[in-house]
Order: sequence, then C-alpha cells, then structure tokens
Amino acid sequence: MTAEYAVQMRGITKRFPGVVANDNVSFEVKRGEIHALLGENGAGKSTLMNMLGGLYRPDQGEITINGEAVYFSSPRDAIKKGIGMVHQHFMLVPTQTVAENMVIGASTGFWLSPKKLYADIAAVSERYNLPIAPDAKIWQLSVGEQQRVEILKTLYLGAKILIMDEPTAVLTPQEVEKMFVTLREMTKNGHTIIFISHKLDEVLSIADRITVLQKGKVSANVAAKDVNKAELAKLMVGREVLFRIDKEAAKPKDDVLVLKNVSANNDRGLPALRSLSLNVRAGEIVGIAGVSGNGQHELAETLTGLRHVTDGVIEINNTGIQNQPPLAAIDQKVAHIPADRNGMGSAPTLSLSDNLIMKSYRAAPVRKGWRLLNAVARNTSEDLIKQYNVATPSIDVEARLLSGGNLQKLILAREISAEPTSIVAVTPTRGLDVGATEAVHQRLISERDRGAAVLLISEDLDELLSLSDRILVMYEGQIVGELPPDEDRIDEIGLLMAGGVQEAQA
Amino acid sequence: MIRFRLERRETTSRWLPIFTTIGAVLVALLMGAILLAYGGLNPMVAYGQMFKVGFAESYSVSDTLVKSTPLLLAGLGVSIAFRMRLWNIGAEGQLLMGAWAATGVALFILPETTPRFIMLAAMSIAGFAAGAFWGVIPGWLKAKMGVNEIISSLMLTYVATFFINYFVFGPWAVGGFPLTKKFPRNAWFPRLLDWADAIPFFRGMTAHIGFFYGVVAAILLYILFKHSKWGYELKVIGDNPEAARYAGMNISRTVILTMVISGGLAGLAGMSEVAGVVHRLQENFSPGYGFTAIIVAWLARLNPLAMIIVAYLFGGLLVGGDAIQPAGIPLMIQGMIMFCVISAELFTKYRIRIKRNAPLTEVSHG
Repeated sequence: MTAEYAVQMRGITKRFPGVVANDNVSFEVKRGEIHALLGENGAGKSTLMNMLGGLYRPDQGEITINGEAVYFSSPRDAIKKGIGMVHQHFMLVPTQTVAENMVIGASTGFWLSPKKLYADIAAVSERYNLPIAPDAKIWQLSVGEQQRVEILKTLYLGAKILIMDEPTAVLTPQEVEKMFVTLREMTKNGHTIIFISHKLDEVLSIADRITVLQKGKVSANVAAKDVNKAELAKLMVGREVLFRIDKEAAKPKDDVLVLKNVSANNDRGLPALRSLSLNVRAGEIVGIAGVSGNGQHELAETLTGLRHVTDGVIEINNTGIQNQPPLAAIDQKVAHIPADRNGMGSAPTLSLSDNLIMKSYRAAPVRKGWRLLNAVARNTSEDLIKQYNVATPSIDVEARLLSGGNLQKLILAREISAEPTSIVAVTPTRGLDVGATEAVHQRLISERDRGAAVLLISEDLDELLSLSDRILVMYEGQIVGELPPDEDRIDEIGLLMAGGVQEAQA
Repeated sequence: MIRFRLERRETTSRWLPIFTTIGAVLVALLMGAILLAYGGLNPMVAYGQMFKVGFAESYSVSDTLVKSTPLLLAGLGVSIAFRMRLWNIGAEGQLLMGAWAATGVALFILPETTPRFIMLAAMSIAGFAAGAFWGVIPGWLKAKMGVNEIISSLMLTYVATFFINYFVFGPWAVGGFPLTKKFPRNAWFPRLLDWADAIPFFRGMTAHIGFFYGVVAAILLYILFKHSKWGYELKVIGDNPEAARYAGMNISRTVILTMVISGGLAGLAGMSEVAGVVHRLQENFSPGYGFTAIIVAWLARLNPLAMIIVAYLFGGLLVGGDAIQPAGIPLMIQGMIMFCVISAELFTKYRIRIKRNAPLTEVSHG
C-alpha cells in the first residue's frame, strides 16, 4: 500500500558541541500537503531539515520516507529518495552556468549534451513558470534569480518532496502569489512541500499544517486553519510579539547621501544604473522598493565604493566618493549591511572577534602603531556580543557556525557601533525570525533618531512600509516613483515595481 | 554485506589535524618500508641507519641544522603566502636568485677586504631583495592582472635556474667548471668549527649562523601573525577576499607586500646556503630546498614556531637519507610524506563509516 505520510521523523535528537539542536523531535508530513515548519533562528529548523536532506545524521531517532526506513549518508542518498532542498544559503557554483549547476548531482552519465540539457531545463522552467537563461553564469544573477535556479534544480533532479528554506524572501508580492499558485499546482501533481518561513501571514495562507519548533523541541503541530498570527508568534517566541513598529515622525535634516545622475554597469558589463539620482537626509529612512535585479545591488555597491560608476557624482557628507576605493566610503562613516552576509559581510572561518573588528581595526583603541591590541579587540567584542544579543558560547567561535539571525546581529553590531552618518542596509531581515527582525528594525529606527541617514533596500514590502519615511521605487536602474509609506498604495507600488508608469498624483 | 562510506564530519576537533598529520607521516614511512623491503633491503636496518646518522650521532645535530636551515627559511617564506591562500610554489627560484645576488655582492661588488659584518649584512640584504623581486613578479601579476600565481611562480623557477646557469657556465665560471671562485673568508657565515680552539667539541661542526636567522624570522613572523595589523589583514584576505574588500582593505597592496616578504625569506635561504655551506655559486647547489620547503610549511600547518621543529626533523631525514643513498630513497620518502599529508586532509573533513546493508532500525508500518 502507499503510505499516507511522505515524511516521518520520529524521536530525532541531534547534538552539537555545547547545544542540543533537536531534542526528541517528531515531524510528520502527509503526502501532497504543504507543511510549514516555523521557528526562531536557532530553534533547530535547519538542523532538522539538513538531516532530512542527508547533510547531517541524527544521533537518535528514525526517518521514514513513504513508509520506508532510510539512512542517509550524503545528500545524494536523499536525492535518490526524491528529496530536494532549496537552501537559504545558495549551494551553487558561481563561476558556472545555470545549466551546469543544474546537472550537478544528476545521474546524466559521462557525456553531456548541451542541446538536450537546455531543452530539458526549458521544459521544467516552463512547466513551473520559473523563467531562466540556462547559459547565464550564476555570479551574474541576482539573489532572486539564483533562488529560482535552486528551485528548478531540485525539480530537474526529480524531487517529489521539496524542502524550501524561505523561498519567498526575495520576491515581490505579485511573484509570491504566482509562486503560491505554482506550489499548489505542484501538490496536485503529487509533490509534497515543506516550507520553512518566518513570515506568518504567508505561512497561514499557503500551508495546510504547521509544525512549530521552539528551542529544539516541537511546541505545536496544528492545522493552519485553526490558528491565527498572534498565536503562532507566541508559540514560536514564547512571548507576545509586536508586529507594528512604533516610531515617531522623521525629523530630517541636511542631505547626507546624494547621488546625481549616476550610471554604473553590472558584472556582465551591461548598464545597471541609468542616470539615477536620489538623496537621503540625516534622520530619515528612505526605502528602495523593486524586484530583485533592477539595480538595487549595484546601487548599494556604488554607494559603498565597491563598484565604479561610469558617470555621475556620489556625495557623502558633501565629499565626492565616486570611483574611490571602498575605504573612502568607510572614512565617511557609511555603514553597509550587505545582502550577502556570508559572501561579503563576514569572514566565515575567522572568529567572531576577528569579524567584529573588521571595520574598526585601523584606528585606536584596537590599533596601536603596527600592532592590534588583542585584549582590546576581545573586550570590545565581548561587549558588542552582549549588547546586540548575539547567541554564541564564545567570541572564539567561527562566524560560519552562527545562524543567519545571529550573523546578522553580529554584522549590525559591527556596523552600527561605529556610529555611522549613513547606513546602507540591503535586505537586512531576510531569513530572520520575528524576534530578530524586530530587533533589527528597532536598531534601524533608533539609528535614524540618532541622526543617521538610512537607505533601506528591501524586497519585503511590509518591511519597507513599516520602516520607511519615503519609498522610492526602482525599475531597470532608475527611480520610477516616490510614494509615502502608505499601506493603501501597495498596489501602486507593485505596479511600479513591475514597470508600470506612475499615475499623476493629486 | 558490509560497505564503507565516507561521511562528512560535522565538527572538527582541535587536535584532529595534528593526529592526522602524524598519522600521515607514519603511513608514508610504512609505505617507504614496503618499497625498501621490495628492493631487498631490511627496512628496519635502513631506517635505523637513517635515524642514527640524522639524529643520534655526535655530528648529527650540526649536520641536521645545516640541512634544515634553508628548509626553515624558505618554509617560512612560502607559509606567509599560503596563509593568505596565495600559492607561491616558486620558492626554489626565489632561493636561487637570492644566492645569485649574494654571490654577486661577495665576489664582484664589495672588495675582498670589506669587514665581515658589513660584507654579510650587504649579502643578506641583496639576497632578500633578489628573492623579493622574484616573488613580487607573480605577486604583481596576480594583484593587477589576475594571473595565476601557481603557474607564474613555478615557471619563474625555471627562468631562475637557467639564469644562474648562464652565470656559472659563462661570465662567472672559473677554469671551465660550472662554478664561481670561492668567496673570500669575510663572506663566510660564522660556523661552529670556528670556535673549535676554545670548545673542542665543535671540531668539524659545520652548522652556521643561518639557522639562527631562521629562528629569529620564525619568532618575528609569529608575533606579526598574531599581533600586527598586517597579520590580521592577511588572515581576512585569505579567508574571504570579498569581505576584505568590503572592509576597505587594499588587497593588491597586501598581495604584493606578502610576496615581497615571502620571496625575500626564500632569497635569504639561498644567501645562507652560499654564505654558510658552499661558499660559492655553482650549478645545482640546491637539491630542491625550495620545493621541500612547501612540504615543511604544510607539515607545520603554517605555524612559524612549529616550522622550526618540522624543519629540523626534515633536515634529519635528509641527512639520514644521504647516508643510505644520495638521491633515491630520501626523495621518495619526501614525496610519500607530501602525498600522505595531503591525502590525510580528507580525514579532517570526513570520517569512514561502516555500513551494513540492512536498515538500522526495523520499522513496522500500518
């Protein structure tokens, strides 16, 4: 007989040095359902899913797939059983093409036929309505496009059970809707979907059942229709959560960040910013809305000196920094919270302490002549870890071992402790749970109130609406409209993001 | 049926790399023993002889120090580059250039009557500078044009070899032999035997001050790695160049500076060889110290202080190996060690799991 459950994990315990990541967790997913797995950062969701995906092995407990007991030594074993994983940190080879990345892990035999491969990819891509250019190199793609490749890859490898770690974080509201249609379509075709998310609204609208993890244990297993948002948040965090940030009206002062007719190319050498102008004043948060890949990435990089401009002027505190090394922006006290926390924001195998002094090591008190004072660095780091609530056993831990939320807190600690005059924050809460998101939001608001000019580039419209004082919509390298952060105008924003023209304002 | 599978380790203990390194060396020696036995020799006798000559006789310490000096200096040199994942494998060429420049200073630039201290200081500076120059070429190409430093540094080694051969066969040759004339005494490093009149035990001991250079360099590097701004930048760039750029570090400058020091130390190794051992420049004076230094750096896991011990042990292996056969066996064992140490890296990341075909737990399902 066919088993009712696609996945059953029973009595799973997994220990890491110093922590019990999963403590006697049982997790069951029926065939053909969309099952959401909720929990704070560090609650053990990723650990649990990594065991299902074959990356980790449980210390205790058993896993059955479609009623058959399994033991996974590697992800390959899991793929063979039809389990596909779309990770939060993409597992793609940046220097290779989309097509080449898709065949990694596939049993294609020795020879590759590019023609057939491209046709296969096109077929899968069309069937699930996820368009992609098979010959583009991964490093040339935006984060959103890379995620699309990850999803396509698992489908191409024949996954029947899809584990998705925050698949909607980089999409527009319209795209999320489309993706949900795709997911529902997939369940009708017999796919089972495990959906990891922190966005409670989304989980409630898409999932059939919800399992909530709290501190490594299952705190609830409910049908989506039986709970509401506030209850879910409480099950997750263990306390009441504020969803709306209380903030006073901005009191903006002088211009701090000014871009005048800035043009820049992307990594492919094609124009990404087209004569873009904007300004951010001290004491305000300006939100940039836009679909991933419309130049937001390049905007953040030109502002922080990481990318050269082909034309135009960038002034920070009235000093031109265009085409200067990144240090020029750092000297003007521009903090940068990058989109890619692992690839850019941290040195993965160095200690937290080494990561925390990355911007401050050039000056006293950490530096003294040619020396870096390790004792000072350690003390500063200890303080920052406490102040920003980074959960870690010690400052000697390697940065790569931190969960996404904790790593983001670490980056915030480093960037904000320097008392910046301006902050360029790119998708700062992507992948963070409600508690950590709340903390990041409050930090950004308090930095605004301190007098920093904040440029918030985000793909999360709720975040933009709740934090921004003004919203600029970006489309194809230009600012195509400016709106107040008004919930009623969300459709208008969505339309502009998709390339519609702004209607004449009253 | 039982199957073996490799599984990725989820955590790595602090001591594991040290144990696997020692294990790898033992496995290499065992493999060497098998080959020795196959060649009709008693491996125990051969190894016993090697150990006796390399470590246990009255001259052993001195002879081993002589061999370990270039390994230590050049090993320190490559380890600096390796720390920032800059694969400078051209230490041999940098060493040769250092020897060439020191020779030029000793024989053709400074007069024979130059006081010893000034002569040796000038030779050291020239040796360091020439090695640094040879190192900075691949460094500059890498920093400015993204040229692969593995290939450029290796190829430059061949250029250096033929460059030196040109001089020892041509303008610097004496009497038709591929070697220069002997250095004046003032251009010789002080050796233990210089004090044999006062301390008779030193009679015939050729260990020279070069090893002391190496120890000082190791301690300096240890301090720089641990406490300097440069050491910190090296670490960050090595770990994640993108993060280093984001943090405002000047990567090209650090790459070039690192290759200056890396090549310079290898150049100093060459200078120390001509000033301390051969006292002239000649064809093939280095039996590939610059390459063996890569093994030494790797065995010491790029730790400068550990490098002193590893270089000494490796020096002993060379001395002991020479005693049983001038070229074959010791080179083979070196190669085995390198091979095993690199293979053993696998076990720091993976473990072997024995798997039976039956499922681990019986599941009854309704």
